[in-house]
Amino acid sequence: MNKKTKQKIAFSIFRLLGLLIIGILFWILGFIIYNGIGVISWEFLTAAPTEGMTSGGIFPAIVGTLCLVAGSVIFAFPVGVMSAIYMNEYAGNGWIVRFIRIMTNNLGSIPSIVFGLFGMALFVNTLGFGDSILAGSCTLGLLVLPLIIRTTEEALKAIPNSYRTGSLALGASKIQTIRKVVLPMAFPNIITGLILSIGRVSGETAPILFTVAAYFLPKLPTSIFDQVMALPYHLYVIATSGTDIEASRPIAYGTALVLITIVLLMNLLATTLRRYFGRKVKTN
Amino acid sequence: MIQAKDINFYYGDFHALKNIDIEMEAHTVTAFIGPSGCGKSTFLRLFNRMNDLIGDTRLTGECVIDGENIYNKSVQVDDLRKKVGMVFQKPNPFPKSIFENVAYGLRVNDVRDKAYITQRVEESLQAAALWDEVKDKLKKSAFELSGGQQQRLCIARALAISPSVLLMDEPASALDPISTSKIEELIHVLKKDYTIVIVTHNMQQAARVSDKTGFFMLGELIEHDDTKKIFLKPEKEQTQNYITGRFG
Amino acid sequence: MKQFRQIAERMAKVMLTLSGGVTSLAILLIIIFLFKEGLGLFNSAAVENGYALCIHSSNPTQQLSPWQIKRIFDWEITDWSEVSEKKGEITPFRLDEIFAMYPEDEFGEDYELLPQKLGETIAQNPNIIAFLPEQYLPNGNQSVKVLPVENINIADFFGGKEWLPTATPSPQFGALPLIMGTLWVSFFAILIALPFGLGVAIYMSELAGTRTRKFLKPTIELLAGIPSVVYGFFGLVVLVPLIQRTLNLPVGETAFAGSLILAIMALPTIITIAEDAMRSTPRAMREASLALGATPWQTIYKVIVPHASSGIMAAVVLGIGRAIGETMAVLMVTGNAAVMLTSLFQSVRTIPATIAAELGEAPAGGAHYQSLFLLGCILFVITMIISASAEFIAKKDHNKGI
Repeated sequence: MNKKTKQKIAFSIFRLLGLLIIGILFWILGFIIYNGIGVISWEFLTAAPTEGMTSGGIFPAIVGTLCLVAGSVIFAFPVGVMSAIYMNEYAGNGWIVRFIRIMTNNLGSIPSIVFGLFGMALFVNTLGFGDSILAGSCTLGLLVLPLIIRTTEEALKAIPNSYRTGSLALGASKIQTIRKVVLPMAFPNIITGLILSIGRVSGETAPILFTVAAYFLPKLPTSIFDQVMALPYHLYVIATSGTDIEASRPIAYGTALVLITIVLLMNLLATTLRRYFGRKVKTN
Repeated sequence: MIQAKDINFYYGDFHALKNIDIEMEAHTVTAFIGPSGCGKSTFLRLFNRMNDLIGDTRLTGECVIDGENIYNKSVQVDDLRKKVGMVFQKPNPFPKSIFENVAYGLRVNDVRDKAYITQRVEESLQAAALWDEVKDKLKKSAFELSGGQQQRLCIARALAISPSVLLMDEPASALDPISTSKIEELIHVLKKDYTIVIVTHNMQQAARVSDKTGFFMLGELIEHDDTKKIFLKPEKEQTQNYITGRFG
Repeated sequence: MKQFRQIAERMAKVMLTLSGGVTSLAILLIIIFLFKEGLGLFNSAAVENGYALCIHSSNPTQQLSPWQIKRIFDWEITDWSEVSEKKGEITPFRLDEIFAMYPEDEFGEDYELLPQKLGETIAQNPNIIAFLPEQYLPNGNQSVKVLPVENINIADFFGGKEWLPTATPSPQFGALPLIMGTLWVSFFAILIALPFGLGVAIYMSELAGTRTRKFLKPTIELLAGIPSVVYGFFGLVVLVPLIQRTLNLPVGETAFAGSLILAIMALPTIITIAEDAMRSTPRAMREASLALGATPWQTIYKVIVPHASSGIMAAVVLGIGRAIGETMAVLMVTGNAAVMLTSLFQSVRTIPATIAAELGEAPAGGAHYQSLFLLGCILFVITMIISASAEFIAKKDHNKGI
């Protein structure tokens, strides 16, 4: 076989693989949209599950997921941003930053189920939060911390040093410089990180299995010490261990569609924002 | 014999080469000189179609090597590049052994005869005046060589596939003076077997190594003649100014 | 006013410094809590909490391992000579058997006579081994001896082939099937994902035009963004029946289904990193190869892929890391049988799936609970090793630069 034929064969395979990966995405999305779209209705989104979760809606799970997103972000976002500010603006380039960066990367690579174990041991049992929004939010917050730190750090790094020196030269203190010059400029990219973490948190299942998620709880939470249902856990439950798996399949499709819409919308929003502001910074 | 007929070349909207006509005879060394950005490298890269790799470019005119327009549809690019070897500005050996670097061109052209490959590697390294320095460490990584040795290795690599034309794009610009003089000696020796086209920044180098010299400016070939004539009494004023260092 | 500002500045700096340490603190806490609970397993006795094993005092047997206890009560070890110097057929005895031997009223109102009856039963049979709750132990009886039980040891945990954490009298914590299951499923996932991912990466970095790339890049980002539980659901309702039908298997929930879904999930990681690595190949090297008459394809596999090899290695390592830690998708499609894997088309259970499936039912502080934390420790250590090696490979790549 001569080398041109070989090249032709190899390149056709690669082209095919490129097509295939698009195919896989459309297969998964298409499958869930096709089966789920008929289930979605106003009632589905606003009613509680009934009849052993074989009919009714998923409202408590949506509310639960929103609670968890809000809870984890309230905890992780300020801490993550401050941590990134410390690393980028204060710690210089020594071993401390290298160490923190390694630790942040390591935290980011820990499997989510380990976060679940840890959350159960620390928040649920040791600190006595019980299975609660508080325990679940803390666990999820830790999980997204590395993501927030990393995106914030990148956002801060993208700000040219001349702005900092310019501000310092006018007699502004370091904190003032950060607050009035650096942060406002980095803001859009930091928000991108926030949106990405919202997407991530709303899809995570393993960390909430033992820290907050309720199998079936048709009422809304009243305090942060309540258990809640959550979309990903709800999907897992009705797909694998509902009272009547066949009868609850449509609910499962609907839940998957809602979940995937939230997550992908967040991702899309983040990429669009990044692209938009990325261009804006360049033309400035 | 290499001919360029009415060459115009564009990067997007930028008109990089303008109406260039030139003839280069076999077994001569032709040097292209000129200020940076004048198009001399672009012109050189036309002859092994390296510019094909850059998107959004356009070419009109003909490049003829041995009677055939190399931009004809019937010409296979990789066959052409086998015939027209190239040495780049910076030494760019592959992250492979010295031996494998020289053998690379043979292997990609489907030569499988081991004895022949070994023989060609030795011949090429000898032709590039590198054999004595590396014969005991052919299995070592090419990165262990010095910059000058790496560049001669790249020349050996180009010679191994027996090209008839050798394009050299500022082959000594990244080297120290001693390595540079070695490369220049080498060009003298190689001349009898190859047609050499060299782009250089260094006018003394052009004067030392070439038989003919072409002077480029702003995408135009201002003057092309015997090297002696170009350096001693050029016809055009721009050439005169450049040679005497009034700008560039 | 100025003083106030200085104090505020100093406080802000302290806050920032503290936040800087938060990830390190989190890792430290994770290590402490995971290992504290997990290593507690090795201080637990090998029989169920609150129970003891009794034998006849003439029985010279000193100690039994969890594995031996389990096999005795499963009738797999039937003679004392297999575990000690004593000869004679073993009679395993459980509490409920006593109720078949005596009428109910002989135990007294609050079962206060039960220990005495148990003592008599044991005294009568020198070959007996009785599994009894500690509260009913016949302590006064001279011919009854409580058999000391070994603690669960490391070899049992890492070498044991049986994972039966709720078995009585002796739960088995042999994590080997889980560890092997995790490694095999991840290994096959990478075996599928690597050529696929590499192909797409080559396509994106070398072949695709700008417009195709602009379309492929978000596609891959979306693929990375889909939650694992959705992958699991998709696997469960689409891949599992598909595998069952096409391969004609009794069940579709197999290691293969797990590997397949993990492969899809690992693809974005592999593609992104491998593509970056290939794009970073210096242009000079590409040109040198093409100038020697190599075709683009020869240039790719002889120059670009070797040059990007450490980047590709890092991609593989991180892909494995993602696969090993993945929980929900695997839990939903592999069938979760904790047995040693002999074929790819058999049900299997991984470490994360085990934790997810069992932690809810394991009473806090018990041996089962601790064993699940120990599994968590294993996962933690594996992922630390993986991220360290990925970092190491990437650094090596960096130093290689020309």
